[in-house]
Amino acid sequence: MEKTLLALPEGVRARVGALDIPGEGKRRLMDLGFTPGTPVECLFSAPSGDPRAYLVRGTVIALRDSESGAVKVTLGAGDGLPL
Amino acid sequence: MDSRSDLRRRRVSPSQGLTVALAGNPNVGKSTVFNGLTGLHQHTGNWTGKTVVSAQGTYSYRGREYTVVDTPGAYSLRAASGEEEAARDYIVFGGADVTVVVCDASCLERNLNLLLQIMEVTPRVLVAVNLMDQAQSRGIEVDVPALSRALGVPAVAMSARRGRGFRELKDAVASYSTPPSPRLPRYSDALEAAIESVERALPRDLMGSVPSRWAALRLLEGDAEAVSAVNRRIGRELVLEPGVAGAISSARARLAASGVTALREEVIASIYRRAEAVAAECVRGGREYDLRQLRLDRALTRRAMGIPVMLLLLSLIFFITIKGADYPSGVLMRCSEWVGDELDSALTALGASDPIREALVLGIWRVLGWVISVMLPPMAIFFPLFTLLEDLGYLPRVAFDLDSGFRKAGACGKQCLTMAMGFGCNAAGVVGCRIIDSPRERLIAQLTNSLVPCNGRFPMLITLITLFFVGSGGPWGTAEAACVLTLLIALSVLVTLAASKFLSSTLLRGKPSALTLELPPFRPPNVPEVLTRSLLDRTLFVLGRAAAVAAPAGLIIYLAANVHLAGGTVLSHIVGALDPLGRALGMDGVILAAFILGLPANETVIPIMVMAYAASGTLAECDLASLRSILAANGWGIGRAVCVTLFALFHWPCATTVLTIRRETGSLKWTLAALVLPTAVGAALSFLAARIFEIFGI
Repeated sequence: MEKTLLALPEGVRARVGALDIPGEGKRRLMDLGFTPGTPVECLFSAPSGDPRAYLVRGTVIALRDSESGAVKVTLGAGDGLPL
Repeated sequence: MDSRSDLRRRRVSPSQGLTVALAGNPNVGKSTVFNGLTGLHQHTGNWTGKTVVSAQGTYSYRGREYTVVDTPGAYSLRAASGEEEAARDYIVFGGADVTVVVCDASCLERNLNLLLQIMEVTPRVLVAVNLMDQAQSRGIEVDVPALSRALGVPAVAMSARRGRGFRELKDAVASYSTPPSPRLPRYSDALEAAIESVERALPRDLMGSVPSRWAALRLLEGDAEAVSAVNRRIGRELVLEPGVAGAISSARARLAASGVTALREEVIASIYRRAEAVAAECVRGGREYDLRQLRLDRALTRRAMGIPVMLLLLSLIFFITIKGADYPSGVLMRCSEWVGDELDSALTALGASDPIREALVLGIWRVLGWVISVMLPPMAIFFPLFTLLEDLGYLPRVAFDLDSGFRKAGACGKQCLTMAMGFGCNAAGVVGCRIIDSPRERLIAQLTNSLVPCNGRFPMLITLITLFFVGSGGPWGTAEAACVLTLLIALSVLVTLAASKFLSSTLLRGKPSALTLELPPFRPPNVPEVLTRSLLDRTLFVLGRAAAVAAPAGLIIYLAANVHLAGGTVLSHIVGALDPLGRALGMDGVILAAFILGLPANETVIPIMVMAYAASGTLAECDLASLRSILAANGWGIGRAVCVTLFALFHWPCATTVLTIRRETGSLKWTLAALVLPTAVGAALSFLAARIFEIFGI
């Protein structure tokens, strides 16, 4: 099942898929650890709901919805549970 | 000072001993390691907390001298901001003898991304696995010897905040020898062959201190930024060298034929795969996120909690500052009066003439004494408290909570962090804007930074609030004052947002760029370090600057008030000329003159004002009651106090900030804009307030 990081509910684990972001922005996210196949989970959101904070490779990175909406995630076997 | 050229200039000759570069991700405790190594032997007394301008220091160990260069925190050598560029340039070209890469034991895998990239640049790497204690408290065990074996470079374990691991680190640096077989990340066979063919084509004589494998990979990727850094370094265009362009295009063609198209992405993914493999060999157990931390974070960012908690914390800090500063301020004031009297009688005994004696005592000493007694106590309380919150990891949460405001204003979420730095010192805030990647958003942050009051203006605001806006004395009065100050801060944040919105829809049009903000775990602050850093680097630095300005300003205002010219004092002419404008803004000529004379340092505005008022009447004691009576005698009421407060919040930045903006933007036009913007806001608000008070007859 494929959706975007933005559509991932809080506390649900998924894996990073394709990043539909052009150029530098995409490499930046990858440098921070969002490489394809990496487990990711949304931990909490700002009071206004945007940005949201994601757990990736043991660190918490906040992304605005405009970015997280462009990151595909897959829910595979054994996923879907909180980390 | 440009941090990049600054770093390059700092190459150290061998006679000075070994040079150790410190590198690492942000928030891994790199500064703690640096401070622990060098103690007070540091060169740049710049705004610490966020290493923007790199610091350099020295230590000696077993009879040998070591120079430590602290590079700005970076996630990657693929630089995305000015800070990361500075870090990359020093790590790649700086020629350090040993590069110590500080890593966070609790998220080693992500840290390995930078570490592995640095290993591609230099084999002389030493890994310092810091925050071991915090990792252990989360059940994470890092097997440091296994890490060292997996990487083929030495590694030491540290808990720098507890002072652990420094001896081991110094020993490892002292006995460092180039590792025989560092295990670099390997790419696919096709990519390895391509790298090799480009590397072979590079002119050997030119490369000198440039790592050729790294350069070949950047050329293949077409990383223009890194390639031009290499070109600057060797003084030639690398692709114009014979055979280089041909080698690159044929290597790219072979790569494309074997199905590799997104080269840079493949490189990053390969490095992370290697990082995962290394982490799998040496990291055991643990949760990825501390549940208590998560509950705290969820509580702090809940819709109903985030912003109220922030305002409450701010009020609390102000309460402690105002309450705590009250008594020492009074003591310092009495001391300064006593010193002034002693100085006066000493000068009389020495037979100094009246004008000289008065210029020294009533001019220079009185203003200086006022600035020190009014500024030092609140600063010595506010700075440590603020640094404590910073050290705790609270500021990124504030940026996270307020980001939607900045996003709607077309600005960067990190502007919130530079704004917070501005509360300490606007010049530091403007320098801090280097953390913002997009040039457009950086300029917005720089131009709007002085819309929040810096520490030089807090004493002025506190004095005005205590004199005019607080009904009762005692703890309730202090609480009221703290609340009023918090409201003023909230106003300045709203004005910052509005001005950012204005700029991004007129002069600096554009779409907000991506935000990637790390929220590091909350950490117990290192109190001794917070105290020394905030008192030495911030308090004394700012106070020294203010005192240096206050003394000549005191002399000038005394002379202006006592030199007679064409039927009046110089001061009365100036004040007379400024009076109509001052009155239109709900103030008067004296106040406006004081603001103008206070350009070098805002701390001097109220003392200058009082001196100017006193010059035309009797000289009073410098306590609040006599201050109130002087002001009342000169027509001050609540209406005027509001106008002055608004203008104190929003007017031109101090001279240091103006010079800093000029240096950071490199443009006279934008420097002028940075002067005009807050002045226009302040003038408009106080004009408006004055008209409203006129209507209601206040």
